[in-house]
Amino acid sequence: MDQFLQATITGIATAAILAVAASGLVLTYTTTGIFNFAHGAIGMLGAFAYWQLRFDWGWPAPVALLVVLGVLAPLLGVAIELVVMRGLHDAPEAARVVVSVGLLAALLGLGLWVWPTDVARPLTRFWGNEHISVLGVRLTWHEVVAILVAAGLALGLRALLYGTRAGLAMRAAVDDRALSMLNGARPHRSAVLAWAIGCTCAALAGILISPAIGLMHVNLTLMIVNAYAAAMIGRLRNLPMTFAGAVALGLLDAYALTYLPTDSILLAQFRFAIPVILLFAVLLVLRQDRLRGHAARSTREVVPRPGWSGSLATAALFVAAGVVAAQITSAPDAVAVQKIVAVAIIALSLVPLVGFAGQLSLCQMSFAGIGAVVMAHHGHGGDPVGLLLATVVAGAVGALVALPTVRLAGIYLALATAAFAMMLDLWIFGLRDFEVGPLSISIFGTGSVAVDPIDVPGVDSAHDRLVFLSVVFALLYLLVVAIRRSTFGQRLLAFKDSPAASATLGVNTMLVRLAVFTLSAAMAGFGGALYGGTLGAVSAQNFAFAQSLPLLLLAVVGGIGTAAGALVAGVLVGGLPLLVEVAPWFENVNRVLPGTMGIALGRNPNGIAHQIRVGLAPLRRQPALLAGTVAGVAAVVGLRLAEVLTGTPFALALAAVPAAGGLAAQVLAARRAAGATATEGPDDVPLEWAGIVRPFTAEEVATMDRVLGLERRPEPTPSLAGAPSGVSAPARTAAGAGR
Amino acid sequence: MTALGPAPAPAPPAGDPVPAPPLVELRGVRAAYGTIEVLHGVDLSLMPGEVLAVLGPNGAGKTTMLNVLAGLHPLSGGDVFVAGRRTNGASAADLARVGLCLVPEGRGIFPNLTVRENLRMAAHAGHDPRAVEEAAYERFPRLAQRRRQLAGTLSGGEQQMLALARGLATDPAVLVLDELSMGLAPLVVEELYGQVAELARRGVSILVVEQFARVVLGVADRAAIMLGGRVTDVGAPDEIESKLSAAYLGG
Repeated sequence: MDQFLQATITGIATAAILAVAASGLVLTYTTTGIFNFAHGAIGMLGAFAYWQLRFDWGWPAPVALLVVLGVLAPLLGVAIELVVMRGLHDAPEAARVVVSVGLLAALLGLGLWVWPTDVARPLTRFWGNEHISVLGVRLTWHEVVAILVAAGLALGLRALLYGTRAGLAMRAAVDDRALSMLNGARPHRSAVLAWAIGCTCAALAGILISPAIGLMHVNLTLMIVNAYAAAMIGRLRNLPMTFAGAVALGLLDAYALTYLPTDSILLAQFRFAIPVILLFAVLLVLRQDRLRGHAARSTREVVPRPGWSGSLATAALFVAAGVVAAQITSAPDAVAVQKIVAVAIIALSLVPLVGFAGQLSLCQMSFAGIGAVVMAHHGHGGDPVGLLLATVVAGAVGALVALPTVRLAGIYLALATAAFAMMLDLWIFGLRDFEVGPLSISIFGTGSVAVDPIDVPGVDSAHDRLVFLSVVFALLYLLVVAIRRSTFGQRLLAFKDSPAASATLGVNTMLVRLAVFTLSAAMAGFGGALYGGTLGAVSAQNFAFAQSLPLLLLAVVGGIGTAAGALVAGVLVGGLPLLVEVAPWFENVNRVLPGTMGIALGRNPNGIAHQIRVGLAPLRRQPALLAGTVAGVAAVVGLRLAEVLTGTPFALALAAVPAAGGLAAQVLAARRAAGATATEGPDDVPLEWAGIVRPFTAEEVATMDRVLGLERRPEPTPSLAGAPSGVSAPARTAAGAGR
Repeated sequence: MTALGPAPAPAPPAGDPVPAPPLVELRGVRAAYGTIEVLHGVDLSLMPGEVLAVLGPNGAGKTTMLNVLAGLHPLSGGDVFVAGRRTNGASAADLARVGLCLVPEGRGIFPNLTVRENLRMAAHAGHDPRAVEEAAYERFPRLAQRRRQLAGTLSGGEQQMLALARGLATDPAVLVLDELSMGLAPLVVEELYGQVAELARRGVSILVVEQFARVVLGVADRAAIMLGGRVTDVGAPDEIESKLSAAYLGG
């Protein structure tokens, strides 16, 4: 009985801390509509800042608390709102998630940069271990404070949101920002206030919880993820329910600690997975969002429908690049480049899922990990059966995850996949070998397992494997192109643009989503098996949740709608660590780089690949220049093969030649267009844009009148610009279509 | 253009030869979505105390024009004057505080706030929330019964009533209505426009964009036709009515 009471009291103290974190999360979500994935990272920074002031610099605790909670945390919140989040309110939901996940990655990197892991940082409880006894149960003053703080915060937030004008404006701005402005409210101010309070809550929770779990970056960041489960129980809106959820979580954790058998292999780490399993479960029973009539926000993504000839040329280019890379790299470098290609294959699995269907996944590396584990155990000696099995198992697990989650969208799906990834991290991937009935299951064994690279006849050296992987990437690229061009691909895009419209057109949206999720998981498992082969030995860290974040971020940065974007992601994910080896100072920059790139480029879903494509597009229409550019690239490669041009100059030259070609083509095209307008009007404007981007020409009006069988007007002034009335019929239609 | 509306509430002496300056004036207003210009120079003025109806087919730029006027959409050219002051670039919040009230297209409500909280949002434009509530319930008693209900759970007609009630109860200097009738049954539309006519009798200046030409022309003092991003015609309602079919069907 005493044991039960003690567990209950401890559980409530934990719950109080979770409640503080969760209410900050709910506040920012209800007032700005942005689910702050970085909430845990902010709490982590708060705890470290407190340690710095209180223990490293020896400030008195009250002063340190006041500075962290009263100055630093609110300032961070204001900065986040002003620099990162402002202007995101009308961005697509995917962009909001990516930016917020980018913030998580960047802040985590910042924490590791400022407070490196090589120093032990003890952080003691307030008043040490002094305690009081209630009903014969030990309760430290620290726990008392936590409970009081949570209670006070609950009352304060309730009063703010429901009792004040500022609170009403905060809630109104989420519903309809423009309308709240029409009412005279200022949503910017509400958002700044909400972020300041939200960050303070996160920092407070971080400071309160660190004595219990230790001052460790990733643990602290993810510990507050437990608060997500509580916030989700409150449906991200309801503060009382959020507090109830926190209590449930805290109690579950305390009882699990007290009563779960410690000798079971299966359950040893299970306690840590309870919150994420609960998060997953809560997401599943949440009431389903109704299908929206139209895409929630303006879509700015360009997902071009590639033609076969261009795609084949691109695939050939990938293979050629692989061959050239194999020619010019040393054996260790070839292995490094292999990793890049393998990661690019995993990133490619995100293209149909995120790029086409608009579904966010934060667990792609987990699927890759499953593939690698299967390959390790069933692909001895590079047996292709292992690779096949890896693909099938990852796909099957993907389908299992997708079955309950397909009805989720946006942040809910992102959170569910994050919960799945963390469940693997915290529990499954840590399991030793175990047996379920007749099945003997083995995962990462005692920490790491060896993965043999795939055995293909004729592929022996590291260089051969690099070429082989490039061919595989090119083939998968063509598969993605085929998907994009198929009716299935059209359904995915239609679904992303308007779930309701596709449903009413008879598309089984559940099936479509299930299919694309399974396909994507299978591709990730396939890629993971190959990636494992390039690594040699794999451990859970290679496929942790924290690894999935940069993959998604950089795939989006690269351009999630195209396979080229996946290659950019592969180069960035696989290539940035290589830079660290060359320039050690780059290590810390590399920690924050993926996150910052996600923040900066998450709003532009077309990514870098699209910019490159647009930049090179004019080249296609100038055969002479195109031939010249290709010859230039070939010459540079030739010089490299002849060892004339090596190292950095070679890399610069390789980039400079196509850039110069694209630039020259653009200049030429612009000059040609300018010449054309002067004489007869630009011929490169599609007909349906005539009248919008430039006035109609007389011939066009005549042609249209003739085609439409209209009488020619007696007045010969068909110009749209300047006619106050009597606008011609085609002009009116064209201008109308512009809205 | 000589047809002016009736004098505003604080009426100048009758027979005053100098026409009152327009309360709202758009001069050569241009606006674009990205690179696509949809308003190619709109000229329109709303006289104090008049009801001006703007009609036109879909895509003529009516809603964009109202959004520009209310500060929700940036201008790319031209000027907007409210009460003689240039308001280019003023924020929607500031314009609301000086008494320009736009009831936007669709349902201009906050679905996750209660009816009462929706009405109390008017407090941000400097109104007494209790007075706004009282006035709204008096005008639409049905809302009083639903005051604790979330606005998103109201029927379409009730939602539009709530949106209009919030606008009317703030006693605006200029009321701007965008497609009140959208998706509503004719009876509900007539009830809503009954309230608009009532307000017009009290001398409030109203700019209304509407597809339901028959109802709105009965209320309006003047009407304008908008086509292809321009105001192509302004005149008396019956005059405009005769030109309407040509405007819609092309001719």
